[in-house]
Amino acid sequence: MNVSILLIILFVGAFATYLAGDKLASKVALFFSLSSLGCAIVLLNQFNAGENISVIHQWINQPNISFALLADGLSIAMLLLTLALTPIIIFSSFENEYKNAKAFYALILFMAFAMVGTFLASDGLLYYIFWELSLIPIYFIALIWGNGDAEERKKAVIKFFIYTLAGSLFMLIAFVYLYQQAGSFLLEDLYKLNLSSTEQLWIFLAFFLAYAIKIPLIPFHTWQASVYQKAPAVGTMLLSGIMLKMGLYSVIRWQLPIAPLAAKEYMYIFISLGIAGVIYGSIVALRQKDLKKLLAYSSLAHVGLIAAGTYTLTIDGLRGAVLQMIAHGFVVVGLFFISEIIFRRYETRTMAEMGGIRSQSPKFASMFLLLVLASVALPTTFNFVGEFTVLYSLSQINLWFAFLGGTTIILGAYYMLKMYQQVMLGETNTKVFMDVTFKEGFALVLILAVLFFFGMYPKPITDLITPSLENIITQINRIN
Amino acid sequence: MNTNLALLLLLAPFLGFLFNVFFGKSIGKTTSGVIGTLAVFTSFLASAYFFAVIVANPEGIQISLFDWIQISNFKVDFGFLLDQLSILWLLFVTGIGALIHMYSISYMHDDENMHKYFAYLNLFIFFMITLVIGSNLLVLFIGWEGVGLCSYLLIGFWHKNQEFNDAAKKAFIMNRIGDLGLLIGIFIIGSLFSTLDYATLKTAIAGATDLNMYWISAAAFALFIGACGKSAQIPLYTWLPDAMAGPTPVSALIHAATMVTAGIFMITRLNFVFDLAPDVQNIIAIVGAVTSLVAATIALVQTDIKKVLAYSTVSQLGLMFLALGLGAYEVAVFHVITHAFFKACLFLGSGSVIHALHGEQDMRKMGGLKKVMTITFVTFLISSLAISGIPPFSGFFSKDEILMVAFEHNKILWFISSLASLMTAFYMFRLLYLTFFKEFRGTAEQKSHLHESPALITFPLIVLAILATLGGLISLPTNSWLNEYLAPLFTKVATEEHHFGTTEYALMLVAVIGGLVGIGIAYAKYIKQNQVPAEDAAITGFTKVLYDKYYVDEIYDFLFVKSINGLSKFFRDYVETTLTSLVFGLGQVTNEIGFQGKKIQNGSIGRYLFAFVLGMCAIVIYLFLAQ
Repeated sequence: MNVSILLIILFVGAFATYLAGDKLASKVALFFSLSSLGCAIVLLNQFNAGENISVIHQWINQPNISFALLADGLSIAMLLLTLALTPIIIFSSFENEYKNAKAFYALILFMAFAMVGTFLASDGLLYYIFWELSLIPIYFIALIWGNGDAEERKKAVIKFFIYTLAGSLFMLIAFVYLYQQAGSFLLEDLYKLNLSSTEQLWIFLAFFLAYAIKIPLIPFHTWQASVYQKAPAVGTMLLSGIMLKMGLYSVIRWQLPIAPLAAKEYMYIFISLGIAGVIYGSIVALRQKDLKKLLAYSSLAHVGLIAAGTYTLTIDGLRGAVLQMIAHGFVVVGLFFISEIIFRRYETRTMAEMGGIRSQSPKFASMFLLLVLASVALPTTFNFVGEFTVLYSLSQINLWFAFLGGTTIILGAYYMLKMYQQVMLGETNTKVFMDVTFKEGFALVLILAVLFFFGMYPKPITDLITPSLENIITQINRIN
Repeated sequence: MNTNLALLLLLAPFLGFLFNVFFGKSIGKTTSGVIGTLAVFTSFLASAYFFAVIVANPEGIQISLFDWIQISNFKVDFGFLLDQLSILWLLFVTGIGALIHMYSISYMHDDENMHKYFAYLNLFIFFMITLVIGSNLLVLFIGWEGVGLCSYLLIGFWHKNQEFNDAAKKAFIMNRIGDLGLLIGIFIIGSLFSTLDYATLKTAIAGATDLNMYWISAAAFALFIGACGKSAQIPLYTWLPDAMAGPTPVSALIHAATMVTAGIFMITRLNFVFDLAPDVQNIIAIVGAVTSLVAATIALVQTDIKKVLAYSTVSQLGLMFLALGLGAYEVAVFHVITHAFFKACLFLGSGSVIHALHGEQDMRKMGGLKKVMTITFVTFLISSLAISGIPPFSGFFSKDEILMVAFEHNKILWFISSLASLMTAFYMFRLLYLTFFKEFRGTAEQKSHLHESPALITFPLIVLAILATLGGLISLPTNSWLNEYLAPLFTKVATEEHHFGTTEYALMLVAVIGGLVGIGIAYAKYIKQNQVPAEDAAITGFTKVLYDKYYVDEIYDFLFVKSINGLSKFFRDYVETTLTSLVFGLGQVTNEIGFQGKKIQNGSIGRYLFAFVLGMCAIVIYLFLAQ
C-alpha cells in the first residue's frame, strides 16, 4: 500500500458524500475521513517498519511532470494532523443544520484531499496544483455557508481568494524558472540545483510571497481576521487548523532547502518578521470584541513564532516549529469549536454579550479552560513542548529573539485570560446556557486528550519527524 | 520500591484531584474533603519515609522515568531527585498541606462548590510536589507554572465576583513575567552546559575550567527574575496582596507557606550557579532587604486583617532573599520552614476569626475576641511572638540568624532588615490587639453569633502553634541539625558555626529589644490609648500613601496596562485599517488600469489606425537610430 490510497479515499469520499444526499452526507463524510485516518495509521506502521510508501509515476512527458508523492516523517506528521482533524471537524458540525449539506460535506473532504496532496507532492507542479486546488473548496464553504452580512462576506472572501492566489502566482513563476534550470519539477532535482545567490534570493522572495500570505505573516495578514470571522465554524477550523500549516510546511519543504543561501543571508529579517507578528498579533488580540477575531489574532501570534522557528535553520527550530504546528492545529480547532458552541446557545460572537457562563455549565467551563491553558502553552500541554523548543532555538541565534518571542507567554496569558474572564466568569448570565452535549463534549475530549498526551510524551512525534528534518538541514547546509 | 513510592507520593494528590473532579459532587461535601485530605496525607507519609531514608543515607535518590523533550544537544527527561532539599520541602508542603486540607473541610463547608475547591487544592499539592522533586529545571518548570495555575484557580474561586477574577488574572500574568525570566535562565544554562539536570549541572560546573562568567551571571539574574515573580519580590510583588481574594486556607497554604517559597527553593537548588555570580547575589540581597522594609511599612497601616498578613509575608520573603543573596542558603531555608509554621498558623487563625464574624475582614470592626475564641487567640499569640522574633519561639532563631549574617556582610542591610523586624513586631501586635483585645466593635447581630471554631479548625491551629514554638530547635545557634543535614547540597562550606562571642550576643539582644519595642509601641497605642485606626476617608498624609501602598498598583496600571491597551487600540483602529485599505488599494489600482484600458478599445477604426501608424513610425525611427 502506498500513500496515494489516501488521496483516492478522500476523492472518492467527496463524490460519495455528494451522492449520498443531504441527510446522510455528514455520516458518509465522517466514514470516509475516518477510513483515511485508519489508512494513514496503517501507512505509518509500514513506514516505521521501513517499507517504502512513496509513489512516483511519470505523468506528463512534455513538460516533464511526474505524479510524485513523497512520504517521509515530516509529511506523514502533517498527514496525520490533517486526517485526525478532519473527522473531528466533521463530527463537530453534526449538530448544525446546513442547507445543501451534501455539497458542504463533499467540499470538506475535497479540501482534505487537496491539503493531503499538498503535504505529499514532491513534484513542484503537482504540488502547485494541490496548493491551488485547496483554495476552491474553502472559497465556497466560506462564501455560501458563512455568516454575517452577505455583501460584507463576499468582499472578505473574494479578497482572500484573490490575495492568496496572487501570492501563489509568484511561486508558480519561481517553479517555471527552476524548471528551466533543472529540467524537472522533482524535489530531488530541485535540491541538486546550484543556483547563484541572486537567483536564490529571487526564488526565495517569490516563495515568500506565497507563503507569507497563506501563513499569514504580518503585514500580509489582513485577509485573516475577517475571513475567520465570516466563515462558518467548520471553515475557520479548516483554515486555521490545517490550511495555514500548508504555508509553514512549505517553508520547510520547499523554500529553505531550495534557496538556502538567501535564507541564511536574510535570516535575521525573517525571524524578526515572525517575532514582530507574535507581538503585534498578541497586542491586537487584547482589544477585540468578537471572539473569533480574537482567536484569529492569537493565531497570527502563534504562527509568527512558528515561522520564526523555521527561519532559524536549526534542527531545534524546525522540530519545534513542526511540533508547534501540530499542537496549534488541535488547540485552535478546539477553541473555534468552543466559540461555535457558544454561538449555538447565545447566537452571538460578541464577547460583551457573554459572561456568567461558568456557573451554569461546569463541564464546558473546564474544557474551555483547559484549551485556554494549552493555548498559552502551560507545561504538560503539547503546545509547551513546541513553544519551548522554538524559543530555545531562537535563544541560540540571539537571546533577544527568545526574549521578544517569549513575551508571548505573558501577552498570550493576558489576552486569553481576559477573554476567558469576559466570556465565562462573573454573575450568572440571565440567559440559560446548556452544558455541552455528548457529541460536543466528545469532540473536545478527543482534542484535549491529544494535547495532554503528547504534552507529556511527545517522543513518538519527535522520533517520527526528526530524521526527515535532519535531511532538510543537511540540504540547507550543502553549500556554505 | 523507591520509584513506586515516589510515584505514589506524586500521584496521590493527583488522583485525589481526579476523583474530586469526577465524583466530588455526588459523594457529598465531607467525603470529598476527607478524600482530598487523605490523598495529601498519603504523600506526607511517603515523604516521611524518604526522610528516614535520606537521614540514614545522605546519597540522593535519582529516578528517571522517560524522555520528555528533545533538544539538539541534550535531552530532558521526566525524572525525580530526592535529596535533602527536596525531601525537606516535601515534608512541610505535604504536612502543612494535609493540615490545611483538614481545616478546609470545616471552613469551606457552606460552599456549594466544595468538591471543586478540594480538587484544586489537591492539584496544587500535586504541582508543588512536581516542582520540588523534579530532577531538572524543566520538570521544576512544570510545577512552577502548575502552582501558578492553581493559584489562579483558587484566587478566583468565587468566580462570580469579577474583582476576584481580576486579582486571579493579575497573579497569573505577573507570575508569567517572572516565568519568562526563568525560561531565559533555562535557555542560557541549557546552551552553556547542554543539560538542565541539577546533578549533571553541578558536576559540569565543578569540573569546568573556563566558565563564561558573563553568561552565568546573566543566567543567574534571569533565574532571579523568575524567583521574584513567584516569591513576590520587588518589582513583581503586587499580585500577592490581591491574591487574598481567595479563600483564607488558600492564602495560608499557597500564598504564605508553600508556593511563594518556590523562588527560594529554586535559588537554593541552584546555589552552585548563584555562587558564581556575586553581582547577582548582591542584587538579590538588596532587593530582599528593600522588599522586606517596603512591605513592612505598608503593613503598618492596613486595616484588612488578611492584607496585613499578606504584606507581612512579602516582607518575610524579603528577609529570606536577603539571606540567599548573602550566600546563607541554609539560613534562608530555616526561615522558610519556621515561617511556614507561624504564617500558616496566623492565616488559619485569621480565617477562624473571619469565619466567626461571617466574612468580616476589617479589623476596625473586630476586637475582644479573646474571650470567646480562646484557642484561636492563644495560637495566634504564639505565632505573633514567633514572627516578632521573641525567644524562645521559632522565628527568633531563624530571623536572628538572618540578621546576624546581614550584620557580618553589610551594616546597612542589617539596619534595614532590623528596622523591618521591628515594624513586624509592631504591626503583628497591632493586629493582635485590634482583633482580640478590648471590646467587640462589630454589630450586635455578629456579637450574638461569636463562637470558637470547631475542632477541625482548632486542631490544625494547635499543631501549627506547637511547631511555631518548637521549630527553632532544628537549628540552634551553636548546634544546628539543619545545617548539618543540608551540608551535602552546598559546594561552599556552609557558614561556619558561629563561635558565639559578645558581638553575637549583643546582636541577639538588640534584635529582641527591637521586637519588644515594636510590641511596646503597639501596646501603648492600641491598649493604653485605646486607639482604633481611622475610617478610610479620614486617613491623610503619609499614612494615606502607605495605606494606598505607595500607589504602586496605580503606577503599574498607568505604565503597563494602560499603555499596552492604548497601543492595542491604536493597532486595531489605525494600523489594521490602513493595511487593509492598502490591499484593497492594490485591487483598485488594477481595476482602474482595466477601466482606463477599456476606453482605448472602443471600436473606433480611425483611432486604431492612428495608433498603428504611430507604432510603425516608432519602430522605423528606432531601427534607424539603432544603426
